[in-house]
Amino acid sequence: MFDLQWLLIAIPLASGALLLIWGKESDRFGHLIGTAASAASFVLGVVLFAALLGHDAEDRSHAVSLFTWIDTGTFHVEMSFVYDQLSALFVLLITGVGTLIHVYSIGYMEHDERRRRFFAFLNLFIAAMLTLVLAGDYLVLFLGWEGVGLASYLLIGFWQHKPSAAAAAKKAFVVNRVGDIGMALAIMLMFAQFGTSAIAAVNAAAPGATDAVTTSLGLLLLLGACGKSAQVPLQSWLLDAMEGPTPVSALIHAATMVTAGVYLVVRSNAIFDASEVARTAVIVVGLVTLLAGAWIGCAKDDIKKALAGSTMSQIGYMMLAAGLGPAGYPFAIFHLITHGFFKANMFLGAGSVMHGMDDDVDMRHYGGLRKAMPVTFATFALGYLAIIGFPGFSGFWSKDKIIETAFGENLWVGLGALLGAGVTAFYMTRLMMMTFFGDARWKDDVHPHESPKVMTVPLVALGALSLLGGVLLVGDWIVEWLEPVTGHAEHHELAVPAIVLTLIITLVAATGVALGFLTYGRRPVAAETPADGSVSFLARAGRHELYGNELNEAVVVRPTRHLTRFLVWFDGKGIDGFVTGLADRLGDTSQLLRKPQTGYVRSYALTMFAGVAIVVLCLLAVTLA
Amino acid sequence: MSISTLAAATDLPPIPAADIEYSLIAPLLIVVGAAIVGVLVEAFWPRSSRFAAQAVLACGAIVAALADTVWVYTDLDRVEASLTARGQVAAEGALSIDGPGVFGWGILLVFGLLSMLLFAERRLEGGLSAFTGRAADAPGSPAEADAVQRRLEHSEIFPLALFALVGMMLFATANDLLTMFVALEVLSLPLYILCGLARRRRLLSQEAALKYFLLGAFSSVFFLYGIALAYGYSGSFELSAIDTAVTNRTDSETLLLASIALMAVGLLFKIGAAPFHTWTPDVYQGAPTPVTAFMAAGTKAAAFLALLRVFYVGFGGAQWDWRPTIVAIAIVTMFLGAVVSISQTDVKRMLAYSSIAHAGFLLVGFVGVYAGVAGSDRVTSVSSILFYLAVYGLSSIGAFAIVTLVRDSGGETTHLSKWAGLGRTSPLLAGSFAVFMLSFAGIPLTGGFIGKWGVFSAAYSGGFWWLVVIGVLISALAAYFYVRVIVLMFFTDPVGDGPTVAVPSPLTTVVIVVAVVGTVALGIIPGPVLDLAQHAGAFVR
Repeated sequence: MFDLQWLLIAIPLASGALLLIWGKESDRFGHLIGTAASAASFVLGVVLFAALLGHDAEDRSHAVSLFTWIDTGTFHVEMSFVYDQLSALFVLLITGVGTLIHVYSIGYMEHDERRRRFFAFLNLFIAAMLTLVLAGDYLVLFLGWEGVGLASYLLIGFWQHKPSAAAAAKKAFVVNRVGDIGMALAIMLMFAQFGTSAIAAVNAAAPGATDAVTTSLGLLLLLGACGKSAQVPLQSWLLDAMEGPTPVSALIHAATMVTAGVYLVVRSNAIFDASEVARTAVIVVGLVTLLAGAWIGCAKDDIKKALAGSTMSQIGYMMLAAGLGPAGYPFAIFHLITHGFFKANMFLGAGSVMHGMDDDVDMRHYGGLRKAMPVTFATFALGYLAIIGFPGFSGFWSKDKIIETAFGENLWVGLGALLGAGVTAFYMTRLMMMTFFGDARWKDDVHPHESPKVMTVPLVALGALSLLGGVLLVGDWIVEWLEPVTGHAEHHELAVPAIVLTLIITLVAATGVALGFLTYGRRPVAAETPADGSVSFLARAGRHELYGNELNEAVVVRPTRHLTRFLVWFDGKGIDGFVTGLADRLGDTSQLLRKPQTGYVRSYALTMFAGVAIVVLCLLAVTLA
Repeated sequence: MSISTLAAATDLPPIPAADIEYSLIAPLLIVVGAAIVGVLVEAFWPRSSRFAAQAVLACGAIVAALADTVWVYTDLDRVEASLTARGQVAAEGALSIDGPGVFGWGILLVFGLLSMLLFAERRLEGGLSAFTGRAADAPGSPAEADAVQRRLEHSEIFPLALFALVGMMLFATANDLLTMFVALEVLSLPLYILCGLARRRRLLSQEAALKYFLLGAFSSVFFLYGIALAYGYSGSFELSAIDTAVTNRTDSETLLLASIALMAVGLLFKIGAAPFHTWTPDVYQGAPTPVTAFMAAGTKAAAFLALLRVFYVGFGGAQWDWRPTIVAIAIVTMFLGAVVSISQTDVKRMLAYSSIAHAGFLLVGFVGVYAGVAGSDRVTSVSSILFYLAVYGLSSIGAFAIVTLVRDSGGETTHLSKWAGLGRTSPLLAGSFAVFMLSFAGIPLTGGFIGKWGVFSAAYSGGFWWLVVIGVLISALAAYFYVRVIVLMFFTDPVGDGPTVAVPSPLTTVVIVVAVVGTVALGIIPGPVLDLAQHAGAFVR
């Protein structure tokens, strides 16, 4: 029955295509078709998952090849898919959260006249994301990789009438291309070195390859992962991407697509296991992004951008875990799943708040919303408790495990991760306080109200998952479940007992909460954003996204522009000059050569006679010389 | 006294009857027979329907000859490879009926048929042909006006063209040098006359005819002197005997080389290679356009077959002596044709220089002297040239047919500036012309590309890779002015009223359609024709 896995992809793909083709008549029910397609995929995912549970641990990887995609010479690529423990979890996350977000979008996009198209794009995204995680070949994975990029581009720029949205979509597209270079080169290198790009074959061959190959492969894949997962230095597009509709931010830019980089690293575990350098690079990238994202999250007044900073930061945690090797892989995936729950929850919550606040995203205009929107507040709170690591909530278990493993690897890495946990608690408390507590700062003509059922039900479901997601860790289930894919981990002995470390983490988080409460809960919040001059340089840097855009501008954009200008100049003066010069010279030659064509027979005859003489002399010269 | 007793009395040896393979040379006989019948028709047929009768006779004879040619071709011994010759020496050694020769007949007859259709076109001049009514009248004289008023026409053009055609066919299959010379004159003399018969711009036309005649006679003399020297060297007119003498080097080297040089001049004149090309632009421009089409396609094909035969069969043993000189001529011809056509402002002159450039490209294939190796399917020099000639002739006739249609009050408007914007007013016509231009330029998906590929491939196989490089560079150069015409037609605003495009009778339309379809078909599915050319095999000796 695992041969049916292609249906997971085919259903939303067909639905998306149908919605795009059908036209206006389907405007009334298009969103229902889209949601049903996603739900059908989810149901099938659950059935397949149940079937997988019924198999023995070593019999849980099921490959299927639909057809031969490319077969030229020695280059052979099958359109192959693999359904195993890792992709099974992803299928559930993508289709499950995806379906909830489809349902939510029915309400959120109700008044948008292009709602059918929106659902078509969402369906296409689901199909592409499933292709990405089910792929059995890196080239098929790349297909999905580009597919989600395309869907992301279309959805960020969905409100293309806004110049900022169009620009953000373009930016996401361009920055992702940089990462894609890494992906493409990695696939070419695989083919050049191993003669195949099938994931299983590459993973099997990686341990036997030289250091240089595995390191290059690892770094190239990391570059791809950085682009897709908004990791430093390719992070700048994610905050702009918040221009898209909020369900898009929840689905694509929080729960699923941006975690593709983490998936890629975990899926390519054999390559990273074989290269110490690549793994260290992953850790550094993860750690830096973790702290940078948290910093940005502290300074943003735009609720979605604050959450986006948080997403960066949390993916940094996952990256960090993925860089820790077999010990970290399961926890990277675990955190990825719990984060998918609570971050989608909070994004949808933010969307619900915006819905009630006339699409205002500035938290300084919020305040005291807990009474106006009780359901949104309650579910958001569950997400909040999960992300700060309140004991018992899903985030508590997953983050705790990552920090614990980080300490097992290196003291400084562990301390960095620990600091991040504290900052996370601070900015989330800030966000919570500014939005739901304190005095109402909204304008007079704004009348906050609770969102309709179709939006709050998904919130409740995701809230419940935020609370309960930790059950995956019961009896180390997820670790054992993923072990056949990610490899067995040696247990690290920590300097202090795990329970002590957990206490310390909780204490640090509590400190963050306390600081946040003291700063934003006890004191009134200004209704307008303070000017740059009046805040500390830390806040200023955070507001400007740590000057990432300025850095890009100075290091990449401006030199490129200069280079372009030079090339245009060179093209005009040098190449065109040469070509037109050549053409002119030819014209002159032509004029010169037509001169003897005088029209006089006598001169023609003379030319011929001279020709005869030359031919005779040539022949004689050639032979007799 | 009876004749028999006279013979017995003087005791002369009996003269054996010539052994002629009539079935093999039947296509020649059909055409020449029709030409002679045409002379009788000219004398006895009532004037009112004479033109039509001549046209039907000419076309019918050509169709019959074409059918017979196909039969002759299929009857030649089958060979699978291109290495061996198929066919035989016929008519007491005067003709060689072999694969390339009969293939040549085929394309010559097709060109002849298409040209006859253009000759017969009468709608463009208000019910009169493109030829003058009474050639003897002085241009602009009252007599001329009288001829026009009486709607006189020269229907001799059809027998003349048939004589020229049979000369071309003979030229392509002549196996001894005397036959070849006779063929040369048979093909040339009617063409000289035809060139001077234009209805419009008669002075230009008569000047062209005179120039062509004078220079043609001049070159014939060189050719004849070359034949004499070859006879002096080998003691025979037959190509195979000359080959034997050349291989054994029986006599003075200088004599042989002078003979080769002089014969080369005669043949290079006919194909329009530099520096013997000077007649081409003037004659192409002055001649009536249907005649130009006939010459451009037919003369070039016939002369190239003769050139191949003389140099591959007769002087094949001396190829290391003549190849360097021909290489130089090929380069000069390609370059001159391509470069000078850039500055031309007249469509017919531009096509003339284009034909010079094509002669150069054909010479590239010619100097390859690649006869193929057993078991390889690579294109040989002979088959690549046969294919090129077929494509070039077809495109040329089509292009000149279009030239006849773009007119103003003074007849054809051949000045390029008048062609500006043609693509807007007559997209189909301009599109067809663009197809021919692209084919001349050698752009893929046209026959011209396959043709160029063939001759370059043959030259490469023959060891002239650097000549191929030069050839490709010059092709790029030549593409410039072909593309320029397309740009002019499609992307330039018309000047003034722009040209008017006359609506032709179905005759011209058929010619253009056949040429376009053929040019494109030979580019997309060249297989059948290329295969046919490849299986024509080598020349018989």
